[in-house]
Amino acid sequence: MEVGMLPISASKRGKLLAAGYTSLHSISRASASQLATDIEVSEDEACEIRKYASQTSALDRSIGNSSNTSNLYGGQTAWTMLNEEKFSTRITTSCVDLDNILGGGITCKEVTELGGVPGIGKTQIGIQLAVNVQIPLEYGGLGGKAIYIDTEGSFMVERVLQIAEACIEDMPEYSHHFHNNVQDCEVKMHPNSILENIFYFRVCSYTEQIALVNYLDKFIEEHKDVKIIIIDSVTFHFRQDFDDMALRTRLLNEMALKLMKLARKFCLAVVLLNQVTTKYIEGSYQLTLALGDSWSHSCTNRIILFWNGDERHAYIDKSPSLKSASAAYSVTTRGIRNSNSSCKRIKMV
Amino acid sequence: MANKLIKQMGLPNSIANIFTARNIITAKDALSLTEFELMEQLDVGMAEVKSAMAHISEVVCPPCQTALLLMEQRVRDERSAGHLPTRLRGLDEALCGGLPFGVVTELVGPAGIGKTQFCLKLSLLASLPANCGGLDGRVIYIDVESKFSSRRLIQIGIENFPEIFLKKGMAQEMAGRIVILRPTSLSEFTESLHHVQVSLLQKQVKLLIIDSMAALVLGEHDCGASRQQVLGWHVSFIKSLAEFSRIPIVVTNQVRSQTGDEPLTFSFQARSHSIKKEDRASYDSHLVAALGINWAHAVTIRLVLEARSGLVLLDDDGIEMKGSEINTIHCQGQKALFNSEW
Repeated sequence: MEVGMLPISASKRGKLLAAGYTSLHSISRASASQLATDIEVSEDEACEIRKYASQTSALDRSIGNSSNTSNLYGGQTAWTMLNEEKFSTRITTSCVDLDNILGGGITCKEVTELGGVPGIGKTQIGIQLAVNVQIPLEYGGLGGKAIYIDTEGSFMVERVLQIAEACIEDMPEYSHHFHNNVQDCEVKMHPNSILENIFYFRVCSYTEQIALVNYLDKFIEEHKDVKIIIIDSVTFHFRQDFDDMALRTRLLNEMALKLMKLARKFCLAVVLLNQVTTKYIEGSYQLTLALGDSWSHSCTNRIILFWNGDERHAYIDKSPSLKSASAAYSVTTRGIRNSNSSCKRIKMV
Repeated sequence: MANKLIKQMGLPNSIANIFTARNIITAKDALSLTEFELMEQLDVGMAEVKSAMAHISEVVCPPCQTALLLMEQRVRDERSAGHLPTRLRGLDEALCGGLPFGVVTELVGPAGIGKTQFCLKLSLLASLPANCGGLDGRVIYIDVESKFSSRRLIQIGIENFPEIFLKKGMAQEMAGRIVILRPTSLSEFTESLHHVQVSLLQKQVKLLIIDSMAALVLGEHDCGASRQQVLGWHVSFIKSLAEFSRIPIVVTNQVRSQTGDEPLTFSFQARSHSIKKEDRASYDSHLVAALGINWAHAVTIRLVLEARSGLVLLDDDGIEMKGSEINTIHCQGQKALFNSEW
């Protein structure tokens, strides 16, 4: 019931308090013209303030009223969400073991962070996802487009072409999993059309990165079929000469919130690739994902990619719904595929 | 982009003036504040802040391209679709044509493995005319350890491209295209980089080689933290040089022995140690690429040069390097072997 909660400028808030309006109830009780004269603003502005006040207090009232369960100012019941989650789509990673521990693939409507040492295959997974999101609906994919935000310059077009060609060749395999009665028709996709559906942005500073995340809302409104946003990597520009660490944390948090909002609003997946750094824990140096401790709370899911002997593994470090497990995968000329080793069992931790 | 002035962005005058009044002049200033902070500082409502920021973000945002356009552009505008062929068949195949333009490629290996020789060959290749598969351009060679030998360069040239080098005056022209800089300290190196930037703008330079990065840094600082920070600026600068001028940049790196027995691991790995790493691991020398993990993240391609049983072997297929060996160098295990024509 605080006046401080209203999204208006500080000076207007100050005037409200000075005029004696300390609660939202008192604001909505007063008429617009009375408010206008009391705090010396125009009538339009007074109407706006009253509107904000009534919206916020409606939320407060409904919380107390248990029978008014639906439409709680944008809230949903858990039951509706369950139905949504059942049908929520996932993007395959082309590696069966990895898909299994992810519950089918990378989830839409969530922000997933993938981090690992240099050379583990982060960019490769990013490119594979940008291609896999375009798998048509008949083959169990999303038939969507991808946005690839490159901050390091590691996007190799020839590699995308290679992975796209392999994906098209392997596509009939996917149809077995989903629709057994689909005729074995020739896949009409051409690798160039896959390349055409990847929107590429090259970001050269953290300012551009933040500006781009802000702009994505408008961009995706105009390109509604984008189903995945990949940022490779989210760390790079925030790591080089950033003196004010507190500022960095604030900016990263705001960026993460905006990305989560985009994910939910447009039902797409957001994949953030992160680097590693060393940290002194419990008497020895250990690897940990970069950007600090507060960043580690920002993403919904966190997957760490690491070397286990000679094999590449992925480990689910943090997820609200997935079990902690690790799976092996490999990077081949055709993209991300199952690992060839004999111990292919998924390890539950 | 980041330093664009807000008043030139076409915002409505009322809000643009407020930004200036509160000393938020460039886009970077505005984007470095969260929306809430802006609301407080500018003393305007959230809706106005959001629309102003949306406008500023759209102006500052980088342009959108599709991957297809990118590919077509490279194929059309650049030699070998944006690659410098190294003439090592396996390597060129693995790299889709050769060392890519616009990125930093790192060569890592123990002393005496042939990093400088490889760099000499690359500088030759870049200076050759286009009909011989070269880039027909100048090369800047930053030689920190004074290892550049012109005599050896001409020797390589004569042996590999006799049809050019034995022609009168050609050797002089080819060698004349390679400029060697010899900075003796990090500050001199920084200065040379600025000069390099100017030459790049004149568009004649087609390759930049830094041999070696490690020697510059390891001589300067003692403690690890400041060394990483020092490199931070250089890394970004070198990467942006590569990017804007679309040339390949090759950097050599040394190896150092690693303190401690095992490679670094994550905290969740501590529980499940690999039971047997086979005795070879404990007896071989543990070498790690120098300059740390931050540098390793920044380079785009890392080529690890190794010797197998004392010889550089010949094989047609490239085998991928696996395991933490990408950051650690052992003397056994799976290695990448490439065909060499030297």
